[in-house]
Amino acid sequence: MQLSREDLLKAYRRMVMIREFEEAVHEEFSAGSIPGFVHLYAGEEASGVGVCMHLNDNDYIASTHRGHGHCLAKDCDEHAMMLEIFGKKEGLCGGKGGSMHIADLSKGMMGANGIVGGGPPLICGAALTAKTLKTGGVAVAFVGDGASNQGTVFESYNLAKILNLPAIFVVEDNGYAEATSSRYSVAGSQVNRGKAFDIPAVEVDGSDFFAVWEAAREAVERARNGGGPSLIHSRVLRYYGHFEGDAMTYRPADEVANYRAQKDPLMQFRRRVTEAGLLDGSALDEIDRSVKDRIAQCVVQAKSAPEPTEADLLTDVYISY
Amino acid sequence: MAKKSYRQAISEALRQEMERDHRVIVLGEDIAGGAGGDAEQDAWGGPMGVTKGLLPLFGRERVIDTPITESGFIGAAVGAAATGLRPVADLMFVDFMGVCFDQIFNQAAKFKYMFGGKATTPVVIRTMYGAGFRAASQHSQCLYNIFTHIPGLKVALPSNPYEAKGLMIQAIRDDDPVIFFEHKAMYDMEGEVPDESYAIPFGQANVTREGDDATIIAFGRMVNFANTVADKLSKEGITCTVVDPRTTSPLDTETILETAAETGRVVVVDEAHPRCNMATDVSALICQEAFDKLKAPIKMVTAPHAPVPFSAALEDLYIPSMDKIEAAVRSVTGKSH
Amino acid sequence: MSEIQTIVMPKWGLAMQEGMLAAWHVEEGATVSKGQEIADIETSKIANAFESPVSGKLRRILVTGGETVPVGALLGVVADESVSDAEIGSFVDDFQAKFAEQLAASASEKGPEPETVEVAGQRIRYLQIGDGAGAPIVLIHGYGGDLNNFLFNQPALAEKHTTYAIDLPGHGGSSKDVGEADIASQAKTVLGFLDAKGIQKAHLAGHSMGGGVSLYLATHHPDRVASATLLAPAGLGPDISMEYINGFIEASRRKKLEPILQMLVAKPEMVTGDMVEDVLKFKRLDGVDAALKKVRDAVFAGGKQALSLRDQLGSAKVPVQVIWGTQDKIVPAKHAEGLPGSVKVTTFDDAGHLIHMEKSAEVNQAILAFAAAD
Repeated sequence: MQLSREDLLKAYRRMVMIREFEEAVHEEFSAGSIPGFVHLYAGEEASGVGVCMHLNDNDYIASTHRGHGHCLAKDCDEHAMMLEIFGKKEGLCGGKGGSMHIADLSKGMMGANGIVGGGPPLICGAALTAKTLKTGGVAVAFVGDGASNQGTVFESYNLAKILNLPAIFVVEDNGYAEATSSRYSVAGSQVNRGKAFDIPAVEVDGSDFFAVWEAAREAVERARNGGGPSLIHSRVLRYYGHFEGDAMTYRPADEVANYRAQKDPLMQFRRRVTEAGLLDGSALDEIDRSVKDRIAQCVVQAKSAPEPTEADLLTDVYISY
Repeated sequence: MAKKSYRQAISEALRQEMERDHRVIVLGEDIAGGAGGDAEQDAWGGPMGVTKGLLPLFGRERVIDTPITESGFIGAAVGAAATGLRPVADLMFVDFMGVCFDQIFNQAAKFKYMFGGKATTPVVIRTMYGAGFRAASQHSQCLYNIFTHIPGLKVALPSNPYEAKGLMIQAIRDDDPVIFFEHKAMYDMEGEVPDESYAIPFGQANVTREGDDATIIAFGRMVNFANTVADKLSKEGITCTVVDPRTTSPLDTETILETAAETGRVVVVDEAHPRCNMATDVSALICQEAFDKLKAPIKMVTAPHAPVPFSAALEDLYIPSMDKIEAAVRSVTGKSH
Repeated sequence: MSEIQTIVMPKWGLAMQEGMLAAWHVEEGATVSKGQEIADIETSKIANAFESPVSGKLRRILVTGGETVPVGALLGVVADESVSDAEIGSFVDDFQAKFAEQLAASASEKGPEPETVEVAGQRIRYLQIGDGAGAPIVLIHGYGGDLNNFLFNQPALAEKHTTYAIDLPGHGGSSKDVGEADIASQAKTVLGFLDAKGIQKAHLAGHSMGGGVSLYLATHHPDRVASATLLAPAGLGPDISMEYINGFIEASRRKKLEPILQMLVAKPEMVTGDMVEDVLKFKRLDGVDAALKKVRDAVFAGGKQALSLRDQLGSAKVPVQVIWGTQDKIVPAKHAEGLPGSVKVTTFDDAGHLIHMEKSAEVNQAILAFAAAD
């Protein structure tokens, strides 16, 4: 399977969308217009988009507290997402979820998750549904290097393997669990952890869209063909702190700057496709421009959108009660 | 109407719902038993044999033995529910909530609200509770009050075989997450249970006895204790209303307040520990809403604030007894022997 | 007459194992006559007046008010003056000893149980009691009822006749698919039942809607009907209490259903908590709600009875009698007025719609008399 021109444009557009979205949220949070906790995905775009390019609305993903990128990669509506992050009534979750709980099950997005390691068991369930009802779908759990040490993750590896579930675990290792380096907190290797369960596991450069795309292609094919779970260890770098407001004193001063200059996923993608003559720069420039405008528009609208009212406080607790 | 045990009633509900709806699956530790071994493949049917017989009917695709990883499979049940199945997961003992509670109260309970109403999570978690089995501190607790505390969850406490079948069918058909509490000392209890399917609506208390002198509100197994006490006292001319709320969430506050007001003398019986349990909750409700109707202070009969002991001698002292319930009724009515 | 006769705790319905003698209406030494209400008895299912099964002088009372005893337990002894107190004393001792033995022996014994038969692909539940020769008696309940509604009738009728009480489609333990749901289709099911049981001709006794079904069969299939006893029947006029019908359908809680069921009887205290609970249990069965609504819409379309057979009654080829309580709040007793002279009409001023429960002795006698004329 090859990436068509349309695929490449779509992938680039999604990555730019994530970048612009996160930059805008970064700015608006600093300005005090966004409440609560926010964790940004900037720098990790190629990982989420490289995986989700293989998925459709029939496939499910479970995300993490750093979930904006996964939502956008899974085609959630950026406008409704922005309103949600601003806590507005017309937000994707009616302003009741916020940054850490954005979800759209109609798009197969099972939610960002405020609980580290919360997603993998849920994804086993989504994969069980696909297997039992023979939907042909697969389910992907994104977890960070921090979550990779949670018991739920190992339980899920085991469950997915013994039930031969169409599940894919993507460990997005951005080097830090909050303020603690994965060099300290993770024993052994992510790939060997997969292998311990007889789960095919590979390590990829998560800043390289094409490397992620290729690894995910294999994993998704395996899952769709009844071959059971896979693990992808995707090495990424986050451009911002664990949360917005994190002074990042635990990181070398030039770490992010060097990465941005040498390994930025958008830059890598642009160089690769233009050098190979797959797309020309002007098409990419056009995407940059239109996405920037779109996100700016979303922010303006989010600011003026109505707040939920008291009538919304007690709705949606139950379906019937 | 045929007599069936509590065990058979729950089993029949599961079987009939699995026949009715192909999306219903059951999963849990040794829910069939024998998976991967070379001998019997339906060896256990759960530790109490409730699910025995389902495997030959529905196969391993829908009767799934899981490893002993409660977070993993309870979470999988939640995820499966959110994506189109109607799983009934077996959390063998409610005491094991300690290793999977996150998937229940942070995930299943909150999806609908956090996701702006767009999630449906029709999961049922069956679980065993209660003392009386000499099972000691980590296999004998009630804990339904903890689940009752969480918005988004529904909690059912069937008190006899008829209730067990109807409430289980309702639990499976319900679109919200339901925690279904089965008292381990009641599996052999027999009662009349229709062969046909029926659902008992949640949030509608059952008034099992009607009387004039006192109102006993009891939960789960304690309903049977209260009934026995009421029958005994009625022979002396002390008549009691007994209320079985059936579900603690939703709670039928209307019936509780109405029956409490009718007699003005209230005893609440709860097998759970005394702080922040259903007895305190119901007592507070009555004090707040019907204080002027009370003719005597409310009496609560509960387990003590201590872990469940192993020793038979101690456990018998621990469980709220019929003697204690009787004494409480006599106390609120002012009618001693 | 030096015979000693007994009065024992009756068995009202299959489930009854014991009853509470709430109060005697008569004192020791009083003369009682058969059919006279001599006590109030309460079971968990129903509270009702108890009619003396015998006539004579009540010499001894063995169970006092408020006491609960098993079915068959000795409540009182009737004998005339010629029997000495000593003779009565030894009779009682003898009875009690035997009764204790019987009770122990019958602990595992089962009485007649309902069975099912397939009629046109539908499961029909019925209870057969008795094995008398001649045309059997078939009992047909009303809207929302079931075969247990004849608990005060079937055992008495079964002493001389083979009796069947059936559950109509959508009711009791029968299939909940009600088909066309109108009186004609219900009558077709009853015919199918007669065929399935090899019954050529039956004495029908039908209550309310089941009375309408009986009337339909008497007028449309006289070859299959030996006689018809219509108890507060449908089919004789337009009126029907939709307050009752809709209330019955809608009430899902005891507090709501109790006053609805109390509309059925002249004395509301006859309705016990367990009776209400049993109706709720029936209403919770899968398919019942839809069945009840479909039957309502077919039989009581637009809030009126859809079918009147009043005009055909005069030419009916089988004996028909009508029994009504004038306090009936569901189907008014005025529907019994102006019927053809060939129809025997009996009314009771102190009874409501559940005439066969409220006046069970009289109704039983009337059915038996009709069946005997066969």
